[in-house]
Amino acid sequence: MNGWKKSGRGPKLRLVATMEPHEAVVLRGRIGEARDMRGAPTAEPAADELAALRGVRPGSSVPPEDEALARLLPEFRRDDPALAGALRSLHEPALIEAKEGAAVAVLDTLPDGGGRIELTVEQADAWLAALNDVRLALGTALDISEDMPDDLPDDDPRTAHLGVYHWLTFVQDALVQSRLQVKF
Amino acid sequence: MPAPLPVPTRQVEEVTDEAASADTPWQAIVWNDPVNLMSYVTYVLQKLFGYPEPKATALMLDVHHKGKAAVSSGDKDKIEGDVAKLHAAGLWATMQRT
Repeated sequence: MNGWKKSGRGPKLRLVATMEPHEAVVLRGRIGEARDMRGAPTAEPAADELAALRGVRPGSSVPPEDEALARLLPEFRRDDPALAGALRSLHEPALIEAKEGAAVAVLDTLPDGGGRIELTVEQADAWLAALNDVRLALGTALDISEDMPDDLPDDDPRTAHLGVYHWLTFVQDALVQSRLQVKF
Repeated sequence: MPAPLPVPTRQVEEVTDEAASADTPWQAIVWNDPVNLMSYVTYVLQKLFGYPEPKATALMLDVHHKGKAAVSSGDKDKIEGDVAKLHAAGLWATMQRT
């Protein structure tokens, strides 16, 4: 993966990159983990059968207990649990659906064994949101801070995952730069 | 981390003043986050709100250097929708009364 390039113009405009087979495996794996995390039951059982099938818990008024999931589904209000809970139960199902849509858009456009990726602007927007979710989940798990070093000591258990995090950062930042060259 | 530029800071203060007027009782606040990229935050503000690049960059720098910024203002329903969109983009956003 050497970054993204613009190809074509007008309706044929695409953002293009090439991903190595092992890179495609890593990205698919991370996207899959994020989907599993969102689908995992949290504090309460799903309200009905359809919700159970979809793995969502519509109408929840409390933040997820899992720290990474809580970062993906933030509170609407600080210091106002009543309104925060009401707004969460109103908006969270659509939010989970949007995140799921972005994840599926990546899986649909990422060749299984790696290779050439060609995205419309709309697909690039979905990729950016999905990449951000994956980085948020991993970054929360790794306890990423503003002054995080590029490398950790070899005996730090986070070392292996930090490399993946930095690679995802590169892929996302390169795609943002490419996307910003196209009009909104 | 580069020092804040004086020009973006002035622009952001104008946005805050405008947001605090009596007609616009709610604000969407974006909070600083160690994961979200500066480039991505700028992109999100342009895409969601149609802000020109300089305004989006100024707001992003305010988030980065001051820890938060009011990125939109309006009635409760509008801001609720704005915060929902910011959450869908992965930004850490809340809403507050001005």
